[in-house]
Amino acid sequence: MTEELVRLVRDERARVLATLVRVLGDVDLAEDAVQDAVVRALERWPADGVPDSPGGWLLVTARRRAVDIIRREARRAGKEADAMLAADPGPEPAHVVRDDLLRLVFTCCHPALAVDAQVALALRTLGGLSTAEVARALLVPEATMAKRLTRAKQKIKLAGIPYRVPDAGELPGRLRGVAATIYLIFNEGYAAGAGADVVRASLSGEAIRLARLLAELMPDEATVAGLLALLLLQDARRKARVGADGLPVLLADQDRSRWDRDAIREGVALVGAALRRTPDRPDPYVVQAAIAACHDLAPTWAATPWDAVVSWYDVLLSVQDQPVVRLNRAAAVAERDGPAAALALVDAIEGLDGYPWWHASRAELLHRLGRGPEAALACERAVAAGLSDPQAALLRRRLGAPGGPA
Amino acid sequence: MPQYAAIIYSADVDWTRPEYAEEIKDYQEFGQAAAAVIRGGAALYPTPTATTVRVAGGKGGDVVTSDGPYAETKEALTGFYLLECADLDEAVRVAATIPGAWNGAVEVRPVIDFGR
Repeated sequence: MTEELVRLVRDERARVLATLVRVLGDVDLAEDAVQDAVVRALERWPADGVPDSPGGWLLVTARRRAVDIIRREARRAGKEADAMLAADPGPEPAHVVRDDLLRLVFTCCHPALAVDAQVALALRTLGGLSTAEVARALLVPEATMAKRLTRAKQKIKLAGIPYRVPDAGELPGRLRGVAATIYLIFNEGYAAGAGADVVRASLSGEAIRLARLLAELMPDEATVAGLLALLLLQDARRKARVGADGLPVLLADQDRSRWDRDAIREGVALVGAALRRTPDRPDPYVVQAAIAACHDLAPTWAATPWDAVVSWYDVLLSVQDQPVVRLNRAAAVAERDGPAAALALVDAIEGLDGYPWWHASRAELLHRLGRGPEAALACERAVAAGLSDPQAALLRRRLGAPGGPA
Repeated sequence: MPQYAAIIYSADVDWTRPEYAEEIKDYQEFGQAAAAVIRGGAALYPTPTATTVRVAGGKGGDVVTSDGPYAETKEALTGFYLLECADLDEAVRVAATIPGAWNGAVEVRPVIDFGR
């Protein structure tokens, strides 16, 4: 089986599924039918050749399969199958397929579904991962994941979650929900880092694929361009994020020659386009992408335009005033105005006592101010609050505290 | 069209008392505004008037009653509507205009259509 063929089938799969969900009004049934068509395609295409319209072939095959299933179930229940399903449709026009995909996106990311269900559904239906792969990627037992997916699809059907694109009034809010789900998928993969299970680490790529799809479908939405830009600009540093010793490498110490220039170029262009398209209210994804762009474009850590970074954080705070954003802003202030100014800001943030990075930031700043014992104490608190082992090892090494590698 | 139960959880009060006249007026306004989708519903007396019934040992067993609601919670079941809406989005939009959602919560649940 050629890899190319597998990718082709996978790319068409979501489109075919999206159309079939609309026709059948049932995600579960559509999924079974599409899965069957995909299996047939992978059996037959290597021998028979790829048909002129792979998507059309898959749709017709999946639809016939669905009709078989419906007829069988109808016979069992002693009812007539729906006659409208009998005829094979012609190929769907491009704009219909586009709308079907959008409908599928907004249904999978509907706010009436729990966030973990949204993530699982997006990976399963839009990403085309198998249930086993989704389970492995999200570190959940396969049976649990199968139950989660079934429950979500049941809810879509029974509670009447609509299969439609939200109207203009709801769109911004719903789009932010979709973006949050895709960003969560990205972070699952990003947090996994090097050495993690391949499927788990592939989540970042999966999220970029979903963001790209969304950008194709909604090219004029600033949120979407901002999301794709943010993912590309963060993912561009992937190779430099882990050192030869397996420990994470902080942005300040990364070998910038290992950053992905193509991803940065694409991300920066998207930030520019998104900023031009931003209405009166700044979009949090666009602003975060702008911050990432400041870092990615700086030739060295020292040459980072800290004034610009701090200003972007001020913009971000105006639309998203969260303690974590204040913490990140303080880190930029430390570089611009020195550790004393930053420590005052960090100490003034309330509500982060259980957040390991708040303690880690304090440790770092106290260390830079020569207040060693206080820094060590803050480091202990960071570990107690759940700082991961590699991050803790890195922090200890920076503080020169005992317990870390030399 | 699917039907939904909109189950209202809010402060456990006696709606017949004059101090709730204002809120009752809000409910009347809701009832008029949503008349097209409301298929039924009721406001309930507070939970101290409730009696919980169980039959020990199953059908035909001893009837055991206890004073009070099924579950003691901060917010109580104070009423419900039966709504007929196009989909969950419409049901949620309607539920958000029920006064109980403004100071309590409204649970929206699809109703089983056994005739289907």
